Amino acid sequence: MNLKKAKEDAIHFIFLILGLIAVGSVLVITVYLVISGLPAIREIGLTEFLFGQRWASTAAQPEYGILPFILTSIYGTAGAIIIGVPIGFFAAVYLAKMAPKKVCAFMQLCIGVLAGIPSVVYGLVGMLILVPGIMRIFDVPDGASLLAAIVVLAVMILPSVINVSLTSLQSVPMEYEEASLALGATSTETYFKVTVPAAKSGIFTAIVLGIGRAIGEAMAVMMVAGNVANMPSLFQSVRFLTTAVASEMSYSSGLQRQALFSIALVLFFFIMLINATLLVIKKRSQSV
Amino acid sequence: MKRLLTIALIALLAMTSVFAGGSSESTQNVATDGSTSMESVIGSLAEAFMEEHPEINVTYNPTGSGSGITAVSEGRCDIGLASRALKDEEKAGGLTETILALDGIAIIVNNANPVSDLSIDQIAKIYTGEITNWSEVGGNDGQIVLIGREAGSGTRDGFESITGTEDMCQYRQELTSTGDVITTVSTNPNAIGYASLSAVSDKVKTLLVDGVAPSEETVLSGEYLVQRPFVMATRSTEALSEAAQMFFDYALSSEAAPIIAGAGAVPLN
Repeated sequence: MNLKKAKEDAIHFIFLILGLIAVGSVLVITVYLVISGLPAIREIGLTEFLFGQRWASTAAQPEYGILPFILTSIYGTAGAIIIGVPIGFFAAVYLAKMAPKKVCAFMQLCIGVLAGIPSVVYGLVGMLILVPGIMRIFDVPDGASLLAAIVVLAVMILPSVINVSLTSLQSVPMEYEEASLALGATSTETYFKVTVPAAKSGIFTAIVLGIGRAIGEAMAVMMVAGNVANMPSLFQSVRFLTTAVASEMSYSSGLQRQALFSIALVLFFFIMLINATLLVIKKRSQSV
Repeated sequence: MKRLLTIALIALLAMTSVFAGGSSESTQNVATDGSTSMESVIGSLAEAFMEEHPEINVTYNPTGSGSGITAVSEGRCDIGLASRALKDEEKAGGLTETILALDGIAIIVNNANPVSDLSIDQIAKIYTGEITNWSEVGGNDGQIVLIGREAGSGTRDGFESITGTEDMCQYRQELTSTGDVITTVSTNPNAIGYASLSAVSDKVKTLLVDGVAPSEETVLSGEYLVQRPFVMATRSTEALSEAAQMFFDYALSSEAAPIIAGAGAVPLN
């Protein structure tokens, strides 16, 4: 009897350890980022760092202002959401309610493939097709720009927006729709006035996940955005928070390297903010 | 249960500290310190050398040419690495310069660009934004698009120091690899970029600089101007340790030449 209990306890303990690996990783990363990110901020000065408009890390007189990166990340993500979310949302409504079974299966397969494409491939296609395309269509000297990054990010967030919205639309009880239809509403009216509001929290979750994906993407953006530390503007070459860290890390040293960790810390703070928003949405949808 | 949790957490933290540490005692050390541009050359040399001499450990600390020279003159490393010739006062301060290899940087444009020859002065003016249209240097009408490398890159550092454009380049794009620079220049008819000589392919057009085409021969003869030496700096008054001398000799041997060439530089021997 005692042996059995000991065995049970041992198994519980092993599973606990396995579970704690994730917790431990988060803890280690957080602690490490804070420890390695703070010294540079202290040396440069918080306002100088966050609101400085010039980044020249290897100049004879180095300057470490990351406002251009912060604004670029915010504008880029917002742009991707403005383009990507409507497309993803309507696609999800179509797939959940209107599409014939075969079409639905085929489209879902495509979305699955889209989700699985590595970001470097997005970047490569963007670099070879989108960037020259923008150059020609808008008649600008070079196509590597905020716009190119927004388009790439908009496509990249589509799968998560579609899949999460789709799941929440499908989990709306049939009775809601039946009641609406029985009262004489057309099916389109029913979908947009009954089903969608009922799936509201899931759709918000989809948007927030899209924001998270867009703000954290580095590789694809690095290949199409041009990476010059300009203040953001649609046809200018820009640098995101993620690409600022990724592009200079390999050769950096001293204060420059520390400042890159500080940028990562700022990015981490943004991601935390997004996760907190997600938690709030989930809590609210549970209490309703 | 709570106690279990704390124990598990402590165990986890202990595990991470084990991974953080972990150095091994080696018999002989050769410390090199300096230019980040020489990373691939020194890296592949050290790798091949250590394969032959497993008892010797060659370390490389990428700090930049200036820091490497300071480090060697202060005795903090065996060999200082600089991707520029030593200044007279540095030589007077007791350092000896040994050129390991030469690094040529090709200036590339799109294949559709009719321009085929620029002077160093024109290149500098283009990169600082003084010349902004290809028609000013004999090309078609079109705004010049400047493609460069990221801050800290050895190629960028080399290009800017040779053309005297440090911290003044008005880049349109800063890319993180030679391949990206070549791809971008090949897709934009108005682009100009720079890349290590060994990496250039026929996807782009390589410009003559002051009428000289870049090649191993013209870099060696000094006719091609966009080049710089990779230098090993040692203390003149003090002999190298036995292990460091072995590595030094190995790096200059004919055996090492193909390794240096493979890493993208032009070997002297």
